[in-house]
Amino acid sequence: MSDSTFTIPIGPQHPALKEPEHITVTIDGEYVVDVKVRLGYVHRGGEKAFEARTYTQGLYLVERICGICAMAHQLCYANNVEGLLGITPPRRADFIRTIIAELERVHSHLLWVGIAGHEIGWDTLFMYTWRDRELVLDLMELATGNRVTHATNAIGGVRRDLTPDMINQILKGMRHLEERVKYYAKAVPAERTVMKRAVGVGILKPQEAVDLCAVGPTLRASGIKRDIRKDDPYSAYDETPFDIITNDGCDVAARVLVRVGELFESLKILDYCIEHLPSGPIRVRVPINVPPAENVSIVEAPRGEDIHYGKSNGTDKPERYKVRAPTLANWASVPTMLKGGYVADLPITLAAIDPCMSCTDRIAIIDIGKRKKWVGSTDQLRRHIKKCHGK
Amino acid sequence: MAMRDECAKSLLKKPSTLVYPFEKYESIPGSRGKIVINTLESSDNKCIGCGLCIRVCPAFALEMIGKGPTCDMKWYAGRCVFCGECVDICPRSAITQETTYDLADSNQDGLIYDYKRKRNPEGNVKE
Repeated sequence: MSDSTFTIPIGPQHPALKEPEHITVTIDGEYVVDVKVRLGYVHRGGEKAFEARTYTQGLYLVERICGICAMAHQLCYANNVEGLLGITPPRRADFIRTIIAELERVHSHLLWVGIAGHEIGWDTLFMYTWRDRELVLDLMELATGNRVTHATNAIGGVRRDLTPDMINQILKGMRHLEERVKYYAKAVPAERTVMKRAVGVGILKPQEAVDLCAVGPTLRASGIKRDIRKDDPYSAYDETPFDIITNDGCDVAARVLVRVGELFESLKILDYCIEHLPSGPIRVRVPINVPPAENVSIVEAPRGEDIHYGKSNGTDKPERYKVRAPTLANWASVPTMLKGGYVADLPITLAAIDPCMSCTDRIAIIDIGKRKKWVGSTDQLRRHIKKCHGK
Repeated sequence: MAMRDECAKSLLKKPSTLVYPFEKYESIPGSRGKIVINTLESSDNKCIGCGLCIRVCPAFALEMIGKGPTCDMKWYAGRCVFCGECVDICPRSAITQETTYDLADSNQDGLIYDYKRKRNPEGNVKE
Protein backbone atom coordinates (compact mmCIF):
# COMPACT_ATOMS: atom_id res chain seq x y z
CA MET A 1 0.00 0.00 0.00
CA SER A 2 1.26 3.50 -0.78
CA ASP A 3 1.46 6.34 1.72
CA SER A 4 -1.76 7.90 0.51
CA THR A 5 -3.86 4.93 1.63
CA PHE A 6 -5.51 4.63 5.00
CA THR A 7 -6.98 1.59 6.71
CA ILE A 8 -10.26 1.82 8.61
CA PRO A 9 -11.56 -1.05 10.72
CA ILE A 10 -15.37 -1.23 10.68
CA GLY A 11 -17.14 -3.37 13.23
CA PRO A 12 -17.83 -5.77 14.81
CA GLN A 13 -19.91 -3.14 16.62
CA HIS A 14 -20.73 -0.24 14.33
CA PRO A 15 -23.79 1.96 13.84
CA ALA A 16 -23.94 1.15 10.11
CA LEU A 17 -24.03 -2.59 10.70
CA LYS A 18 -27.13 -4.43 11.83
CA GLU A 19 -25.25 -7.49 12.95
CA PRO A 20 -21.66 -8.02 14.08
CA GLU A 21 -19.07 -8.48 11.35
CA HIS A 22 -15.62 -6.99 10.88
CA ILE A 23 -14.56 -5.30 7.68
CA THR A 24 -11.13 -3.77 7.16
CA VAL A 25 -11.39 -1.15 4.45
CA THR A 26 -8.31 0.42 2.86
CA ILE A 27 -9.13 3.77 1.32
CA ASP A 28 -7.34 6.21 -0.91
CA GLY A 29 -9.11 9.52 -0.48
CA GLU A 30 -12.78 8.77 -1.13
CA TYR A 31 -12.11 5.51 -2.97
CA VAL A 32 -12.08 2.02 -1.55
CA VAL A 33 -8.85 0.26 -2.53
CA ASP A 34 -9.05 -3.00 -0.61
CA VAL A 35 -11.57 -4.81 1.58
CA LYS A 36 -11.06 -7.68 3.97
CA VAL A 37 -14.03 -9.38 5.60
CA ARG A 38 -13.76 -11.30 8.84
CA LEU A 39 -16.72 -13.33 10.05
CA GLY A 40 -17.42 -15.46 13.09
CA TYR A 41 -18.87 -13.11 15.70
CA VAL A 42 -22.26 -14.81 15.97
CA HIS A 43 -21.17 -18.40 16.08
CA ARG A 44 -23.71 -20.31 18.17
CA GLY A 45 -22.63 -23.92 17.82
CA GLY A 46 -25.82 -24.92 16.04
CA GLU A 47 -24.36 -27.81 14.07
CA LYS A 48 -23.05 -29.52 17.20
CA ALA A 49 -26.41 -28.92 18.90
CA PHE A 50 -28.15 -30.94 16.16
CA GLU A 51 -26.20 -34.02 17.23
CA ALA A 52 -27.73 -33.79 20.71
CA ARG A 53 -31.33 -33.43 19.48
CA THR A 54 -33.77 -35.82 17.88
CA TYR A 55 -34.86 -35.19 14.29
CA THR A 56 -38.14 -33.65 15.45
CA GLN A 57 -36.41 -31.37 17.94
CA GLY A 58 -33.97 -30.38 15.20
CA LEU A 59 -36.88 -28.92 13.21
CA TYR A 60 -37.18 -26.10 15.73
CA LEU A 61 -33.47 -25.56 16.08
CA VAL A 62 -32.97 -25.28 12.32
CA GLU A 63 -35.52 -22.50 11.91
CA ARG A 64 -33.66 -20.46 14.49
CA ILE A 65 -30.57 -20.30 12.28
CA CYS A 66 -32.22 -17.30 10.63
CA GLY A 67 -35.43 -15.60 11.66
CA ILE A 68 -36.22 -14.38 8.15
CA CYS A 69 -35.38 -17.55 6.21
CA ALA A 70 -36.95 -19.74 8.92
CA MET A 71 -39.24 -21.56 6.49
CA ALA A 72 -36.47 -22.05 3.91
CA HIS A 73 -34.14 -23.63 6.48
CA GLN A 74 -36.89 -25.79 7.95
CA LEU A 75 -38.08 -26.90 4.53
CA CYS A 76 -34.52 -27.82 3.58
CA TYR A 77 -34.15 -29.78 6.82
CA ALA A 78 -37.48 -31.58 6.34
CA ASN A 79 -36.53 -32.43 2.73
CA ASN A 80 -33.18 -33.71 3.95
CA VAL A 81 -34.60 -35.98 6.67
CA GLU A 82 -37.36 -37.20 4.33
CA GLY A 83 -34.59 -38.07 1.85
CA LEU A 84 -32.71 -39.98 4.56
CA LEU A 85 -35.88 -41.90 5.38
CA GLY A 86 -36.76 -42.38 1.72
CA ILE A 87 -40.31 -41.08 2.01
CA THR A 88 -42.28 -38.54 0.00
CA PRO A 89 -44.67 -36.12 1.71
CA PRO A 90 -48.29 -35.93 0.46
CA ARG A 91 -48.92 -33.60 -2.47
CA ARG A 92 -51.13 -31.26 -0.43
CA ALA A 93 -48.27 -30.81 2.06
CA ASP A 94 -45.96 -29.90 -0.85
CA PHE A 95 -48.36 -27.18 -1.94
CA ILE A 96 -48.81 -25.81 1.58
CA ARG A 97 -45.02 -25.71 1.98
CA THR A 98 -44.72 -23.80 -1.28
CA ILE A 99 -47.39 -21.31 -0.19
CA ILE A 100 -45.65 -20.61 3.13
CA ALA A 101 -42.21 -20.45 1.46
CA GLU A 102 -43.47 -17.90 -1.07
CA LEU A 103 -45.19 -15.83 1.62
CA GLU A 104 -41.82 -15.81 3.35
CA ARG A 105 -40.10 -14.64 0.18
CA VAL A 106 -42.60 -11.78 -0.13
CA HIS A 107 -41.95 -10.76 3.48
CA SER A 108 -38.18 -11.06 3.12
CA HIS A 109 -38.01 -9.03 -0.10
CA LEU A 110 -40.33 -6.31 1.27
CA LEU A 111 -38.11 -6.14 4.34
CA TRP A 112 -35.04 -5.85 2.14
CA VAL A 113 -36.52 -3.07 -0.05
CA GLY A 114 -37.16 -1.17 3.19
CA ILE A 115 -33.62 -1.76 4.46
CA ALA A 116 -32.16 -0.63 1.12
CA GLY A 117 -34.24 2.56 1.36
CA HIS A 118 -33.02 3.10 4.91
CA GLU A 119 -29.36 2.63 3.95
CA ILE A 120 -29.52 5.36 1.32
CA GLY A 121 -31.45 7.70 3.58
CA TRP A 122 -34.98 7.18 2.23
CA ASP A 123 -36.69 6.23 5.46
CA THR A 124 -40.18 6.89 4.05
CA LEU A 125 -39.81 3.80 1.86
CA PHE A 126 -38.57 1.83 4.85
CA MET A 127 -41.66 2.75 6.91
CA TYR A 128 -44.13 2.01 4.11
CA THR A 129 -42.69 -1.34 3.04
CA TRP A 130 -42.45 -2.49 6.64
CA ARG A 131 -46.06 -1.53 7.19
CA ASP A 132 -47.07 -3.71 4.25
CA ARG A 133 -44.82 -6.49 5.49
CA GLU A 134 -46.97 -6.63 8.64
CA LEU A 135 -49.82 -7.88 6.48
CA VAL A 136 -47.70 -10.83 5.30
CA LEU A 137 -46.72 -11.58 8.89
CA ASP A 138 -50.39 -11.58 9.89
CA LEU A 139 -51.14 -14.01 7.06
CA MET A 140 -48.29 -16.20 8.25
CA GLU A 141 -49.66 -16.16 11.78
CA LEU A 142 -53.06 -17.10 10.45
CA ALA A 143 -51.72 -19.99 8.36
CA THR A 144 -49.07 -21.35 10.72
CA GLY A 145 -49.67 -19.94 14.20
CA ASN A 146 -46.49 -17.91 14.52
CA ARG A 147 -45.37 -14.66 12.94
CA VAL A 148 -41.70 -15.43 12.42
CA THR A 149 -40.56 -18.91 13.40
CA HIS A 150 -43.50 -20.66 11.80
CA ALA A 151 -42.99 -24.25 13.02
CA THR A 152 -45.11 -25.38 10.10
CA ASN A 153 -43.09 -28.32 8.73
CA ALA A 154 -43.05 -31.78 10.16
CA ILE A 155 -40.95 -34.68 8.94
CA GLY A 156 -43.33 -36.24 6.42
CA GLY A 157 -45.59 -33.26 5.74
CA VAL A 158 -46.93 -30.14 7.39
CA ARG A 159 -48.48 -29.67 10.80
CA ARG A 160 -51.42 -27.43 9.94
CA ASP A 161 -53.88 -27.59 7.11
CA LEU A 162 -55.13 -24.53 5.24
CA THR A 163 -58.86 -24.04 5.72
CA PRO A 164 -61.04 -22.34 3.04
CA ASP A 165 -61.35 -19.33 5.35
CA MET A 166 -57.56 -18.99 5.61
CA ILE A 167 -57.23 -19.31 1.83
CA ASN A 168 -59.78 -16.52 1.33
CA GLN A 169 -57.91 -14.26 3.70
CA ILE A 170 -54.57 -15.04 2.04
CA LEU A 171 -56.08 -14.25 -1.38
CA LYS A 172 -57.55 -10.99 -0.07
CA GLY A 173 -54.21 -10.02 1.47
CA MET A 174 -52.40 -10.87 -1.75
CA ARG A 175 -54.62 -8.61 -3.86
CA HIS A 176 -53.78 -5.74 -1.51
CA LEU A 177 -50.07 -6.62 -1.61
CA GLU A 178 -50.09 -6.80 -5.40
CA GLU A 179 -51.32 -3.22 -5.58
CA ARG A 180 -48.70 -2.10 -3.09
CA VAL A 181 -45.89 -3.91 -4.92
CA LYS A 182 -47.04 -2.36 -8.21
CA TYR A 183 -46.87 1.03 -6.52
CA TYR A 184 -43.32 0.41 -5.24
CA ALA A 185 -42.23 -0.92 -8.62
CA LYS A 186 -43.35 2.42 -10.07
CA ALA A 187 -42.23 4.70 -7.24
CA VAL A 188 -38.70 3.36 -6.62
CA PRO A 189 -37.28 3.73 -10.16
CA ALA A 190 -39.05 7.12 -10.48
CA GLU A 191 -37.10 8.52 -7.55
CA ARG A 192 -34.04 10.24 -8.98
CA THR A 193 -32.04 10.19 -5.74
CA VAL A 194 -32.36 6.41 -5.41
CA MET A 195 -31.14 5.81 -8.92
CA LYS A 196 -28.21 8.19 -8.35
CA ARG A 197 -27.17 6.16 -5.34
CA ALA A 198 -27.79 2.75 -6.91
CA VAL A 199 -26.91 2.79 -10.62
CA GLY A 200 -23.29 1.84 -11.26
CA VAL A 201 -22.64 1.13 -7.58
CA GLY A 202 -21.31 -2.23 -6.37
CA ILE A 203 -20.61 -3.67 -9.80
CA LEU A 204 -20.32 -7.46 -9.97
CA LYS A 205 -19.70 -8.64 -13.54
CA PRO A 206 -21.41 -11.88 -14.66
CA GLN A 207 -18.15 -13.85 -14.93
CA GLU A 208 -17.02 -12.61 -11.48
CA ALA A 209 -20.38 -13.56 -9.98
CA VAL A 210 -20.02 -17.12 -11.30
CA ASP A 211 -16.36 -17.37 -10.28
CA LEU A 212 -17.08 -16.13 -6.76
CA CYS A 213 -20.07 -18.47 -6.39
CA ALA A 214 -22.63 -15.71 -5.76
CA VAL A 215 -26.16 -17.02 -5.22
CA GLY A 216 -29.77 -15.88 -5.33
CA PRO A 217 -30.80 -12.35 -6.31
CA THR A 218 -27.14 -11.19 -6.19
CA LEU A 219 -26.27 -13.67 -8.95
CA ARG A 220 -29.47 -13.04 -10.93
CA ALA A 221 -28.81 -9.27 -10.83
CA SER A 222 -25.59 -10.03 -12.75
CA GLY A 223 -27.63 -11.54 -15.55
CA ILE A 224 -27.11 -15.23 -14.70
CA LYS A 225 -30.32 -17.24 -14.95
CA ARG A 226 -29.99 -19.60 -12.03
CA ASP A 227 -32.68 -20.55 -9.54
CA ILE A 228 -32.97 -23.79 -7.58
CA ARG A 229 -36.75 -23.67 -7.88
CA LYS A 230 -36.35 -24.18 -11.64
CA ASP A 231 -33.02 -26.05 -11.83
CA ASP A 232 -33.71 -28.66 -9.16
CA PRO A 233 -37.39 -28.33 -8.21
CA TYR A 234 -38.58 -29.39 -4.77
CA SER A 235 -42.06 -29.28 -3.17
CA ALA A 236 -44.62 -28.00 -5.70
CA TYR A 237 -42.22 -25.93 -7.83
CA ASP A 238 -41.99 -28.70 -10.45
CA GLU A 239 -45.44 -27.89 -11.79
CA THR A 240 -45.70 -24.22 -10.84
CA PRO A 241 -45.17 -21.83 -13.75
CA PHE A 242 -42.99 -18.80 -13.03
CA ASP A 243 -40.14 -16.86 -14.60
CA ILE A 244 -36.62 -16.40 -13.30
CA ILE A 245 -36.10 -12.66 -12.94
CA THR A 246 -32.69 -11.48 -14.11
CA ASN A 247 -31.17 -8.10 -14.80
CA ASP A 248 -28.06 -7.18 -16.73
CA GLY A 249 -27.31 -4.10 -14.65
CA CYS A 250 -24.84 -5.92 -12.34
CA ASP A 251 -25.22 -3.08 -9.79
CA VAL A 252 -27.28 -2.25 -6.68
CA ALA A 253 -30.15 -0.92 -8.83
CA ALA A 254 -30.30 -4.27 -10.63
CA ARG A 255 -30.50 -6.08 -7.28
CA VAL A 256 -33.43 -3.85 -6.27
CA LEU A 257 -35.22 -4.50 -9.57
CA VAL A 258 -34.62 -8.26 -9.39
CA ARG A 259 -36.13 -8.41 -5.91
CA VAL A 260 -39.13 -6.28 -6.87
CA GLY A 261 -39.63 -8.52 -9.92
CA GLU A 262 -39.43 -11.60 -7.72
CA LEU A 263 -42.19 -10.18 -5.53
CA PHE A 264 -44.54 -10.32 -8.53
CA GLU A 265 -43.39 -13.86 -9.38
CA SER A 266 -43.99 -14.95 -5.77
CA LEU A 267 -47.53 -13.58 -5.90
CA LYS A 268 -48.02 -15.47 -9.18
CA ILE A 269 -46.79 -18.72 -7.58
CA LEU A 270 -49.09 -18.15 -4.59
CA ASP A 271 -52.05 -17.65 -6.92
CA TYR A 272 -51.27 -20.88 -8.79
CA CYS A 273 -50.72 -22.94 -5.62
CA ILE A 274 -53.93 -21.74 -4.00
CA GLU A 275 -55.91 -22.39 -7.14
CA HIS A 276 -54.47 -25.89 -7.66
CA LEU A 277 -54.28 -26.92 -4.00
CA PRO A 278 -54.99 -30.69 -4.09
CA SER A 279 -57.08 -32.40 -1.44
CA GLY A 280 -55.83 -35.27 0.66
CA PRO A 281 -53.75 -35.88 3.77
CA ILE A 282 -51.15 -33.36 4.89
CA ARG A 283 -48.82 -35.66 6.76
CA VAL A 284 -47.53 -39.22 6.73
CA ARG A 285 -46.30 -41.05 9.78
CA VAL A 286 -42.56 -41.59 9.89
CA PRO A 287 -40.37 -43.87 12.01
CA ILE A 288 -38.42 -42.26 14.86
CA ASN A 289 -35.12 -43.94 13.98
CA VAL A 290 -33.53 -43.00 10.69
CA PRO A 291 -31.51 -45.69 8.84
CA PRO A 292 -27.83 -44.91 8.13
CA ALA A 293 -27.60 -42.70 5.05
CA GLU A 294 -26.28 -39.40 3.75
CA ASN A 295 -28.25 -36.72 1.98
CA VAL A 296 -27.84 -33.22 0.58
CA SER A 297 -30.87 -30.99 0.08
CA ILE A 298 -30.99 -27.60 -1.61
CA VAL A 299 -33.69 -24.96 -1.26
CA GLU A 300 -33.94 -21.51 -2.82
CA ALA A 301 -34.18 -19.27 0.25
CA PRO A 302 -35.11 -15.60 -0.30
CA ARG A 303 -31.38 -14.79 -0.25
CA GLY A 304 -30.19 -17.65 -2.46
CA GLU A 305 -29.27 -21.31 -2.35
CA ASP A 306 -29.46 -22.89 1.05
CA ILE A 307 -27.60 -26.20 1.22
CA HIS A 308 -28.02 -28.74 4.02
CA TYR A 309 -26.06 -31.96 4.45
CA GLY A 310 -27.28 -34.64 6.84
CA LYS A 311 -25.79 -37.95 7.91
CA SER A 312 -27.79 -40.44 9.94
CA ASN A 313 -26.53 -43.44 11.87
CA GLY A 314 -29.63 -45.51 12.56
CA THR A 315 -30.60 -43.72 15.78
CA ASP A 316 -33.12 -40.92 16.37
CA LYS A 317 -30.38 -38.27 16.29
CA PRO A 318 -28.24 -37.15 13.32
CA GLU A 319 -24.55 -38.00 13.33
CA ARG A 320 -23.64 -34.85 11.44
CA TYR A 321 -25.64 -31.91 10.16
CA LYS A 322 -24.08 -29.18 8.07
CA VAL A 323 -25.69 -25.96 6.88
CA ARG A 324 -24.40 -23.66 4.13
CA ALA A 325 -26.55 -20.54 4.31
CA PRO A 326 -26.82 -18.25 1.25
CA THR A 327 -25.13 -15.23 2.86
CA LEU A 328 -21.87 -17.14 3.29
CA ALA A 329 -21.77 -17.77 -0.47
CA ASN A 330 -22.39 -14.10 -1.19
CA TRP A 331 -19.70 -12.76 1.14
CA ALA A 332 -16.93 -13.76 -1.28
CA SER A 333 -18.22 -11.30 -3.87
CA VAL A 334 -18.51 -8.34 -1.46
CA PRO A 335 -14.83 -7.17 -1.70
CA THR A 336 -15.12 -7.22 -5.53
CA MET A 337 -18.29 -5.10 -5.36
CA LEU A 338 -16.72 -2.56 -3.01
CA LYS A 339 -13.31 -2.11 -4.64
CA GLY A 340 -13.06 1.05 -6.70
CA GLY A 341 -16.26 2.49 -5.25
CA TYR A 342 -16.85 5.38 -2.88
CA VAL A 343 -16.69 4.99 0.90
CA ALA A 344 -20.20 6.46 1.12
CA ASP A 345 -21.56 3.58 -0.97
CA LEU A 346 -20.31 0.99 1.50
CA PRO A 347 -23.56 0.54 3.53
CA ILE A 348 -25.85 0.12 0.52
CA THR A 349 -23.42 -2.22 -1.28
CA LEU A 350 -23.18 -4.38 1.82
CA ALA A 351 -26.94 -4.33 2.29
CA ALA A 352 -27.46 -5.25 -1.37
CA ILE A 353 -26.49 -8.89 -0.77
CA ASP A 354 -29.11 -8.94 2.04
CA PRO A 355 -26.55 -10.19 4.56
CA CYS A 356 -27.53 -12.30 7.52
CA MET A 357 -24.65 -12.84 9.93
CA SER A 358 -26.46 -15.34 12.11
CA CYS A 359 -26.93 -17.54 9.05
CA THR A 360 -23.29 -17.28 8.15
CA ASP A 361 -21.23 -18.14 11.16
CA ARG A 362 -20.75 -21.87 11.40
CA ILE A 363 -17.15 -22.70 12.27
CA ALA A 364 -15.07 -21.78 15.30
CA ILE A 365 -12.42 -24.17 16.56
CA ILE A 366 -12.36 -24.62 20.31
CA ASP A 367 -9.36 -26.38 21.77
CA ILE A 368 -10.60 -27.62 25.14
CA GLY A 369 -7.14 -28.74 26.30
CA LYS A 370 -5.54 -25.35 25.67
CA ARG A 371 -8.76 -23.42 26.45
CA LYS A 372 -8.29 -21.56 23.17
CA LYS A 373 -10.80 -20.54 20.51
CA TRP A 374 -9.96 -19.44 16.99
CA VAL A 375 -11.64 -18.82 13.67
CA GLY A 376 -9.50 -19.74 10.68
CA SER A 377 -9.27 -19.58 6.92
CA THR A 378 -9.88 -22.69 4.78
CA ASP A 379 -6.13 -23.30 4.49
CA GLN A 380 -5.61 -22.98 8.22
CA LEU A 381 -8.50 -25.36 8.85
CA ARG A 382 -7.09 -27.84 6.34
CA ARG A 383 -3.70 -27.73 8.03
CA HIS A 384 -5.37 -28.12 11.43
CA ILE A 385 -7.38 -31.15 10.28
CA LYS A 386 -4.24 -32.76 8.80
CA LYS A 387 -2.41 -32.17 12.08
CA CYS A 388 -5.29 -33.71 14.06
CA HIS A 389 -5.27 -36.80 11.85
CA GLY A 390 -1.47 -37.04 12.07
CA LYS A 391 -0.89 -36.67 8.32
CA MET B 1 -40.58 13.03 -4.11
CA ALA B 2 -41.91 9.89 -5.74
CA MET B 3 -44.03 9.02 -2.73
CA ARG B 4 -45.37 12.54 -2.15
CA ASP B 5 -49.02 11.71 -2.87
CA GLU B 6 -48.88 8.58 -0.74
CA CYS B 7 -47.42 10.49 2.21
CA ALA B 8 -50.06 13.23 1.87
CA LYS B 9 -52.81 10.59 1.98
CA SER B 10 -51.32 9.07 5.11
CA LEU B 11 -51.69 12.38 6.95
CA LEU B 12 -55.42 11.76 7.11
CA LYS B 13 -55.11 8.16 8.29
CA LYS B 14 -54.63 6.94 11.82
CA PRO B 15 -51.17 5.59 12.75
CA SER B 16 -50.31 2.04 11.69
CA THR B 17 -48.69 1.28 15.02
CA LEU B 18 -50.34 0.60 18.36
CA VAL B 19 -49.51 2.34 21.64
CA TYR B 20 -48.56 -0.84 23.49
CA PRO B 21 -49.32 -1.65 26.37
CA PHE B 22 -52.34 0.69 26.35
CA GLU B 23 -53.57 -0.70 23.05
CA LYS B 24 -53.10 -4.39 22.39
CA TYR B 25 -52.79 -6.38 19.22
CA GLU B 26 -55.72 -8.73 18.89
CA SER B 27 -54.55 -12.33 18.65
CA ILE B 28 -55.36 -14.17 15.45
CA PRO B 29 -57.31 -17.39 16.15
CA GLY B 30 -54.99 -20.37 16.11
CA SER B 31 -51.85 -18.39 16.92
CA ARG B 32 -49.52 -20.16 19.32
CA GLY B 33 -49.30 -18.66 22.80
CA LYS B 34 -49.49 -19.71 26.42
CA ILE B 35 -49.37 -23.44 27.21
CA VAL B 36 -52.02 -24.70 29.65
CA ILE B 37 -51.79 -28.20 31.13
CA ASN B 38 -54.96 -29.76 32.50
CA THR B 39 -54.16 -31.50 35.78
CA LEU B 40 -57.74 -31.49 37.10
CA GLU B 41 -58.46 -34.84 38.78
CA SER B 42 -62.13 -34.90 37.84
CA SER B 43 -61.56 -34.19 34.13
CA ASP B 44 -61.51 -36.80 31.38
CA ASN B 45 -58.73 -34.96 29.64
CA LYS B 46 -56.41 -34.80 32.59
CA CYS B 47 -52.66 -35.29 32.40
CA ILE B 48 -51.66 -38.93 33.03
CA GLY B 49 -47.99 -38.18 33.51
CA CYS B 50 -46.75 -40.18 30.51
CA GLY B 51 -43.90 -37.71 29.92
CA LEU B 52 -44.19 -37.70 26.12
CA CYS B 53 -44.38 -33.88 26.06
CA ILE B 54 -41.12 -33.65 27.97
CA ARG B 55 -39.39 -36.04 25.57
CA VAL B 56 -40.55 -34.17 22.49
CA CYS B 57 -39.99 -30.58 23.72
CA PRO B 58 -37.14 -29.02 21.70
CA ALA B 59 -36.53 -26.28 24.27
CA PHE B 60 -36.66 -28.30 27.49
CA ALA B 61 -39.49 -26.04 28.69
CA LEU B 62 -41.57 -28.64 30.55
CA GLU B 63 -40.79 -30.38 33.79
CA MET B 64 -42.54 -33.17 35.65
CA ILE B 65 -42.52 -33.02 39.45
CA GLY B 66 -43.21 -36.49 40.80
CA LYS B 67 -44.12 -39.56 38.76
CA GLY B 68 -47.09 -40.96 36.88
CA PRO B 69 -50.71 -39.85 37.21
CA THR B 70 -50.06 -37.89 40.41
CA CYS B 71 -47.32 -35.67 39.03
CA ASP B 72 -47.33 -31.90 38.96
CA MET B 73 -46.27 -30.07 35.83
CA LYS B 74 -44.13 -26.99 35.40
CA TRP B 75 -43.96 -24.86 32.27
CA TYR B 76 -41.05 -22.47 31.77
CA ALA B 77 -42.43 -19.71 29.54
CA GLY B 78 -38.95 -18.17 29.24
CA ARG B 79 -37.56 -21.29 27.56
CA CYS B 80 -40.61 -22.18 25.45
CA VAL B 81 -40.34 -21.67 21.68
CA PHE B 82 -44.13 -21.99 21.21
CA CYS B 83 -43.88 -24.73 18.59
CA GLY B 84 -46.84 -26.66 19.99
CA GLU B 85 -45.22 -30.13 19.67
CA CYS B 86 -46.40 -30.97 23.21
CA VAL B 87 -49.98 -30.08 22.24
CA ASP B 88 -49.76 -32.34 19.17
CA ILE B 89 -48.27 -35.32 20.97
CA CYS B 90 -50.41 -35.36 24.15
CA PRO B 91 -52.43 -38.64 24.00
CA ARG B 92 -55.13 -37.28 26.35
CA SER B 93 -55.37 -33.75 24.88
CA ALA B 94 -54.49 -32.45 28.33
CA ILE B 95 -52.22 -29.74 26.93
CA THR B 96 -53.85 -26.83 25.16
CA GLN B 97 -52.41 -23.66 23.73
CA GLU B 98 -54.07 -20.28 24.20
CA THR B 99 -53.51 -17.26 22.00
CA THR B 100 -52.19 -15.16 24.91
CA TYR B 101 -48.85 -13.74 23.75
CA ASP B 102 -47.82 -11.07 26.28
CA LEU B 103 -46.22 -13.33 28.86
CA ALA B 104 -43.22 -11.15 29.69
CA ASP B 105 -42.49 -10.56 33.34
CA SER B 106 -40.03 -8.39 35.21
CA ASN B 107 -38.91 -11.32 37.29
CA GLN B 108 -37.71 -14.83 36.46
CA ASP B 109 -40.21 -16.57 38.75
CA GLY B 110 -43.07 -14.92 36.90
CA LEU B 111 -42.10 -16.96 33.83
CA ILE B 112 -42.54 -20.30 35.58
CA TYR B 113 -46.08 -21.65 35.55
CA ASP B 114 -46.97 -24.35 38.06
CA TYR B 115 -49.78 -26.70 37.12
CA LYS B 116 -50.47 -28.51 40.37
CA ARG B 117 -52.79 -31.45 40.95
CA LYS B 118 -55.90 -30.45 42.84
CA ARG B 119 -59.02 -32.40 43.52
CA ASN B 120 -61.04 -29.24 43.70
CA PRO B 121 -62.71 -28.63 40.32
CA GLU B 122 -62.50 -24.86 40.76
CA GLY B 123 -59.16 -23.23 40.42
CA ASN B 124 -57.46 -26.47 39.47
CA VAL B 125 -54.82 -24.67 37.49
CA LYS B 126 -52.86 -22.54 39.86
CA GLU B 127 -50.33 -20.27 38.28
